[in-house]
Amino acid sequence: MIDPAYRKKMVVVEGSYAVAHSAKVCRPNVISAYPITPQTHIVEHLSQFMADGEIPNCEYINVEAEFSAISALIGASAVGARTYSATTSQGLLLMHEALFNTSGMRLPVVMTVANRAISAPINIWNDHQDAIAQRDTGWIQLYVEDVQEACDTLPQLYKIAEDNEIMVPGMVCMDGFILSHVYEPVVLLEQDLTDNFLPTFQPENILDPEDPKTFGAFATPDTYEEFRYLHEQAMQKALSKIETTAKEFEEVFGRFHGGLIDGYMLDDAEIIVMSMGSILGTVKDVVDEYRAKGEKIGVLKVRSFRPFPKKQICEAVKNAHAVVVLDKNISIGTNEGALFTETKSCLYNSKVRIPVIGYTVGHGGRDIRVESIAKVIEETKKVAKSEITVESQFLDLREELL
Amino acid sequence: MSKTAPKTYITSGHSGCAGCCDAFAAKFTLMGSGPNTIVVNPTGCLEVMSTPFPYSSWQVPWIHSLFENAGAVASGVEAALKALGKKDDVKVVSIGGDGSTMDIGLGSLSGAFERGHDFTYVCMDNEAYMNTGVQRSSGTPFDASTTTTPAGKVSFGNPRPKKNMPAIMAAHGSPYVATTSIGFPRDMMRKVKKATEIVGPTYIHAQAPCPTGWGFDTSKTLEIAKLAVETCLWPMYEMENGEITQVRKVKDPRPVEEYLRAQKRFKHLFTKEGGEEEIKKIQAIADWNIKHFGLQ
Repeated sequence: MIDPAYRKKMVVVEGSYAVAHSAKVCRPNVISAYPITPQTHIVEHLSQFMADGEIPNCEYINVEAEFSAISALIGASAVGARTYSATTSQGLLLMHEALFNTSGMRLPVVMTVANRAISAPINIWNDHQDAIAQRDTGWIQLYVEDVQEACDTLPQLYKIAEDNEIMVPGMVCMDGFILSHVYEPVVLLEQDLTDNFLPTFQPENILDPEDPKTFGAFATPDTYEEFRYLHEQAMQKALSKIETTAKEFEEVFGRFHGGLIDGYMLDDAEIIVMSMGSILGTVKDVVDEYRAKGEKIGVLKVRSFRPFPKKQICEAVKNAHAVVVLDKNISIGTNEGALFTETKSCLYNSKVRIPVIGYTVGHGGRDIRVESIAKVIEETKKVAKSEITVESQFLDLREELL
Repeated sequence: MSKTAPKTYITSGHSGCAGCCDAFAAKFTLMGSGPNTIVVNPTGCLEVMSTPFPYSSWQVPWIHSLFENAGAVASGVEAALKALGKKDDVKVVSIGGDGSTMDIGLGSLSGAFERGHDFTYVCMDNEAYMNTGVQRSSGTPFDASTTTTPAGKVSFGNPRPKKNMPAIMAAHGSPYVATTSIGFPRDMMRKVKKATEIVGPTYIHAQAPCPTGWGFDTSKTLEIAKLAVETCLWPMYEMENGEITQVRKVKDPRPVEEYLRAQKRFKHLFTKEGGEEEIKKIQAIADWNIKHFGLQ
């Protein structure tokens, strides 16, 4: 039951509005974005906040493409501005080259990605292929389960990204349409609480004529490797920072959505369903039904895909009999989703010896029904008892179209 | 430089070739803009030669992001300075080559000019992709031989005239667009200074002869630049709000042949059958400049 006093604070708004509000109370100095479905409403709401004078000390740049959106934020962040953008799908792919550049220069740009499938065939609905395609760009990636988490993760991510020991950009990945366009009750982030939680951005190095510095220098084989190493080290530091920041957020706001991972009915679970994003809500409903029947099924939510929480995942699944991973993406040529591949990878050199199978699900926004999740759980139960027959497969393929 | 010349903010010790045009262009740009300048430099020779980590030749804050995004990066720098209340004291100047300006970065630059950001963009035009080894760009002149438009048995080199970049920038409603040349340092410094003092997006297009790419002796960089102006192949003018307001007159234009003969990239025009006809076509470009810009 929701506490009545807390319920009073809740309002029913569109996910995009709630996220735009969250970006606003983080006090960005430069926002730069380009409209693309299903992210557009976020930047429209921010534009309206600007038009109403509600974001002080902020410039909004209406760029001519996503590539320029992220490029403008590179320049702005280097001057010491807190920066924000939002995009999805083709827009995120258009940013690809500059995403590496942002993180390589260690500029803590933060953006919201309203995850959407990528073309061809063109498709505007949700899956995770867009963000997963950016997994090696050196950005922090946090996947959220509902609108409240999409809102709450923004100030957390600024705090993580802007830590002088980290200085790595990050994206909050929220499911397009499913979360961006849904109307659900949320608490809009309070300005005073956000100010208490999130310190102002004070980078050690900025572009300033008083103390001229060179950003984006040329590195030869003599020095390039150390840049990569230090970037990786910063990501490793982000592992603990993500955990502590989630706890600090809980202390100020009273809400907790998990640190690197989160568990549901996990402690005694024999079968574990792992996934990222809004699908977890459906999975939890199915698990509730199993639990009502006395079956020990649990859910492992992976919130941080980059940095990848290897240790925490091993620890969380070590007592299970089998794990099934649901991926809203596929690496064509491996017949596997990214979370599945990486979960197997982190278990390989551990002492955990349990079967792991994978399903790639929800491509291009295909509905993921409770019956399908139940079918997946039934298959996993079989694997726990005997052996793996199919390691990874598509869920709900329409055989009649092939 | 004389003792009265303005101070510059790019040091020697960089790895530019002898006679490097980019080094001149960067030097004159900063002599015009002064120390309170943030430089945005797209990928190219200048970026490579001036910042081999951990060294830097830049005595002003400098940022290099990518090849094709200097316009957008400069937009962000300017917007951030405004948001943080620092814009009044600081100039934003982007310095890029013809490839990053006229080709791969044109979309980003167009966006920045259309939005009216307060910054100055300086194109140092050496008329080909020199950093990758002299491939043609849209700034490569008619009949120049490059590694991707080589002269050959059935080719006189680059088949297209230069893109009219200043006209494109003026069409964006820029309050100030000017052409200049590294062969005329005072002219270049004056125009950069003027451009950075005008509020809004301003554009300087400077011809910058590259000894390596054009094929002339490294001691002749400024001489070749002057010859381009004296043959009227490089008209120098200023445009304010789309209208030409100043033109550098050329009293006695020299034949283009003198300019062409001095460079290996045009050598085939003097060795290949039919070259004379081609030289006439290039003379016609100079004659058009004389008439169109009123150079005489």
